[in-house]
Amino acid sequence: MENIAEYIKEGRSDSWRIELRKSMKTKERTSYERVKMPEQDPHIRNKNSIEVNSGISEEMAIAESHRCLDCPAPTCTIGCPVGINIPEFIKKIEIRDFLGAATVIKETNALPAVCGRVCPQEKQCELSCFYTQKLHKPPIAIGNLERFSADYERNSGKMSIPNVAESNGIKVAVVGSGPSGLAAAGDLAKLGYDVTVFEALHEIGGVLKYGIPEFRLPNDIVDIEIESMRKMGVKFHTNFIVGKTASFDDLKEQGFKAFFVGSGAGLPRFMNIPGENFNGIFSSNEYLTRINLMKAAYDDYDTPVLFGKNVAVIGGGNTAMDSVRTAKRLGAERSMIIYRRSIEEMPARVEEVHHAQDEEIEFMNLHNPVEYFADENGRVNRMRIRKMRLGEPDASGRRRPIPIEGSEFDIAVDLVVVAVGVSPNPIVPSSLKDLKMTNWGTIVVDKDTMQSSIPNIFAGGDIVRGGATVILAMGDGRVAAAGMHKYLQEKVKAN
Amino acid sequence: MNKIVEKEFFSENVAKIVIESPDIAIIRKAGHFVIIRIDEKGERIPLTIADGDKEKGTITVVVQKVGVTSAKLLAMNEGEEILDIVGPLGHATHIEKKGTVLCAGGGVGVAPLMPIVKALKKAGNKVITVLAGRTKELIILEDEMRNYSDELIVMTDDGSYGKKGLVTAGMEEVIQREKVNMAVLIGPAIMMKFGSLTTKKYNIPTVVSLNTIMVDGTGMCGACRVSVGGKTKFVCVDGPEFDAFQVDWSQMMMRMGAYKMQEHEAYEKYLRTVETVA
Repeated sequence: MENIAEYIKEGRSDSWRIELRKSMKTKERTSYERVKMPEQDPHIRNKNSIEVNSGISEEMAIAESHRCLDCPAPTCTIGCPVGINIPEFIKKIEIRDFLGAATVIKETNALPAVCGRVCPQEKQCELSCFYTQKLHKPPIAIGNLERFSADYERNSGKMSIPNVAESNGIKVAVVGSGPSGLAAAGDLAKLGYDVTVFEALHEIGGVLKYGIPEFRLPNDIVDIEIESMRKMGVKFHTNFIVGKTASFDDLKEQGFKAFFVGSGAGLPRFMNIPGENFNGIFSSNEYLTRINLMKAAYDDYDTPVLFGKNVAVIGGGNTAMDSVRTAKRLGAERSMIIYRRSIEEMPARVEEVHHAQDEEIEFMNLHNPVEYFADENGRVNRMRIRKMRLGEPDASGRRRPIPIEGSEFDIAVDLVVVAVGVSPNPIVPSSLKDLKMTNWGTIVVDKDTMQSSIPNIFAGGDIVRGGATVILAMGDGRVAAAGMHKYLQEKVKAN
Repeated sequence: MNKIVEKEFFSENVAKIVIESPDIAIIRKAGHFVIIRIDEKGERIPLTIADGDKEKGTITVVVQKVGVTSAKLLAMNEGEEILDIVGPLGHATHIEKKGTVLCAGGGVGVAPLMPIVKALKKAGNKVITVLAGRTKELIILEDEMRNYSDELIVMTDDGSYGKKGLVTAGMEEVIQREKVNMAVLIGPAIMMKFGSLTTKKYNIPTVVSLNTIMVDGTGMCGACRVSVGGKTKFVCVDGPEFDAFQVDWSQMMMRMGAYKMQEHEAYEKYLRTVETVA
């Protein structure tokens, strides 16, 4: 990754890029308005599971690409955890080489159609864009353009498979098929390794499948990206829990030389308040898994789920937004967010909060649940909430929520989704006695290589971060793949 | 993959199913369970492993028809394949020499009890087993259990076989007679609750294996959570075995009924489709 700045710089002096920069004056480029992503009408979409954003057209993409100044020092790329050559792909769009744009993205990003949909661009590339930083204008719609390129390529039927180095015959294992595992697997395959991804569930994709709903990230899109990884030679093994179905030692005996652990933050947190185990109170993981992975809302699928008229979702992150919007789509009359801080402190993507507001989601900010009550069958029917106010900033830099004593009141609820975060899944750590862990149950790694305290085990994503985003997990996967490569090559040389 | 190699009905609604699953057969121990999904539209359900054969690469489960998924599973024939099996899950039973161990199994709970009885016996314990069921037809694995135990007592509610009475009567009989160092109870929640009230009277450390509602079985969803010793525990990763005296039985039973209505409706619908096909 150290050469990334140089690599990005290099392309800028290609003659076509120079020509293109000359073809339009900066003043004209900066005079255009940022493209607006077309979306389904909020009052229609809050009753269906079709994707909210419908994607930008070729004309819109080209118009947007004109805005990009192809800066000499493209700060946008610094904001990208996977190091996409952003100016290069945008300029490819400008010359109508849409397939070329997709190829550029795929050099460093194994899941472009996914990232174009779920990345918090406003906190990354678009935040560090010249427009945001210096011109104080809306940034280039990098995320929308990424999605456009990936979708164009997919719909063209001419999907390119990234170049894969000649096989080096070295077997490596990836534990978990979520974003970090897929990113690591993609890079390792490109480097010529024989990669097997082990997945505990019956489907590949981890949180992209069980967590993120269809209206934000259709499963078909995830499947197509996985299919191109298969074409790169990556093998997938579902229904296989490393640490349970086979131990790390068993896999070593089968010839695996190194491991990437991306087993995720699969252990939901609850608030440990009275009544939290009543029926109708779900973790967001359970609620979303039943609906997204098990398709419980469809009549012809066997998995059941409870429906609610008055639904409360506790939390202010992306998962909370996904849950509350899902409940609305499944017929809730009231679908509410209950969050202990104000809307400004919400960790969710700004776009998701806006979409939720448009879809008639109620926001009860500065409120926190204190107790649940149930009917005679144990089904939740009421919750007690307390008002909060904001105090001084805490360690996270956000203002600390402080309870207002005596402000409690009750509201009627028949479904509650607790989305207050997740803890690392204990299965892998508990199967490796020598693995160094933090007090929070995450795996300790070297930040530059993602190597754990056991030399042939690398880790990344939520099992290291304890709950972050798809793109940060993917960034970890890429760093780990490079770290594994270095480790394995040194070992090969030593022998 | 996951081929059903043998199916044997113990009674109209209960059958033993032997499934090809070589990876799990090698590594599984007493107390482990698997999650299965029959087909594309199926749900994921936990089943405790009753037996396994490393050489043949098979595992055995015992299934009782209680709803759509179990009915579909019992309707599958030898040679057919189950779409997904994952495991072994949960912690294996902690087996050590305790002295005299009283094992009590109710209904299909006898099946998961079997490997535990076997392992306890092998570890040098004196194992006294009580099998209980409503009627004679519901007593399963009697020969096997007799074989692995030092003594076997059979109880039926209606007295149609063995001694008449509840499982607790059989347990009391043993406890009155001799010193029991530990008890293991597996069966319906209500049976485990009353069984553990009995052992508690005599201060006999008691282990139960909980079979709650699960989705992934790996700690991810929390559907299986239950209060144990005042703390919320996940049966899939913290269990499935717990100290019986710490389990909040009423909460567990309440949570087991979370989908009662949906399950009932789905089963009625399933029965209608089966009839139509027939």
